[in-house]
Amino acid sequence: MAAPQFEAAVGRYLPLQVDGQRYRLYVEEAGRGIPLLCLHTAGSDGRQFRGLMNDEALTSEFRVIAFDLPWHGKSSPPAGWQQGEYRLTSRAYVDTVMALVDALGLERPVCMGCSIGGRIVLHLALEHARRFRALIGLESAAHAEPYYDLDWLHRPDVHGGEVCGAMISGLIAPSAPPRERWETIWHYMQGGPGVFKGDLHFYTQDGDVRGRLSAIDTKACPLYLLTGEYDYSCSPADSRELAARIEGAKVTVMENLGHFPMSENPALFLTYLRPLLEEIRTAAR
Amino acid sequence: MPQGIAQLLPQLANADGALVRRGRFLEVTFLLEIGANAYLIRIHRGRIEAMAPGPHIQPRWTFALRAAAPAWAKFWQAVPPPGAHDLMAMLKSGDLRLEGDLQPFMANLRYFKELLALPRAAGAAEER
Repeated sequence: MAAPQFEAAVGRYLPLQVDGQRYRLYVEEAGRGIPLLCLHTAGSDGRQFRGLMNDEALTSEFRVIAFDLPWHGKSSPPAGWQQGEYRLTSRAYVDTVMALVDALGLERPVCMGCSIGGRIVLHLALEHARRFRALIGLESAAHAEPYYDLDWLHRPDVHGGEVCGAMISGLIAPSAPPRERWETIWHYMQGGPGVFKGDLHFYTQDGDVRGRLSAIDTKACPLYLLTGEYDYSCSPADSRELAARIEGAKVTVMENLGHFPMSENPALFLTYLRPLLEEIRTAAR
Repeated sequence: MPQGIAQLLPQLANADGALVRRGRFLEVTFLLEIGANAYLIRIHRGRIEAMAPGPHIQPRWTFALRAAAPAWAKFWQAVPPPGAHDLMAMLKSGDLRLEGDLQPFMANLRYFKELLALPRAAGAAEER
């Protein structure tokens, strides 16, 4: 009998203590080499990086790691969740990433985050620059203004999965392959009640980093910004403005991509990511 | 377009079985404003039962979507440019105004996004 043809990614559960809270985190990885820690968008999970984990050219040089934030994907919410309201904060997000880096024993990984992940890499650049080989912000801005009433995302007379999926559908570029587009939307449809909204608390309020940008030192850790032209949540103009305020930050606008480049069109996204990772890899000594 | 939309949109919508099925619990009348033209669209069980052009005397609607004619023309291009490719993008830029009781709109957001994007496939923008 032929051996099953599994994909390269392997997932495991990791008990993790963060800020006195005990979490059960789902962590997935593929490949070997320089660790590339990937952070998913608000209201989604680590499956957004499936295309990267299945790319042999990438995984022959990089150990691609993605985890689901607490409350997301296959990671559990903390005990007692049923009485509280989930709200992601900068502190909790930074501490979760660093706790994971420590728990996995990652030595100067590259960290690449998208949207809220693209925001948190700015916080990592401020607080932990020397712990990383490079930081990559996808769809990254210093701040985002809400343009709709976030309460629509979590209320009993509107189905949360349906509205979250429909809300983000327009953030995907029109030319995205339908299979990848709808998989991206499906992840949003599977989010727990109020989780997307709770992430957007960080995205639109708590994570505002506009006043601290001048303290980011790209000599301590290079910072790359990649933004899709169809993204209206974090627009190319937002990322350009961010780059203009951080000396040494490099920004690229990606054509025919939106807010979820690694998930909505992995093949096209990789054409932008490869040269950048090659630059990071060859600089690594 | 807007001249032809009152015929085109009901045809496209009612021929789209998947759309009608997704809208099977939907009962609402909404206003679609395309510049100087406003249409009252009555939806019953996911089908467009009526799409009435103005002028309207004492129109009654649950919610309204309002944008200028050029904004809709861009939205209806086969491959719309960034910013004109989604209702929420138009809302953010201010090109689209949403008014009234938005609960049916938000509870059926995918339905309304797909309904209003139907003229794209029909080459509506080129018709003008």
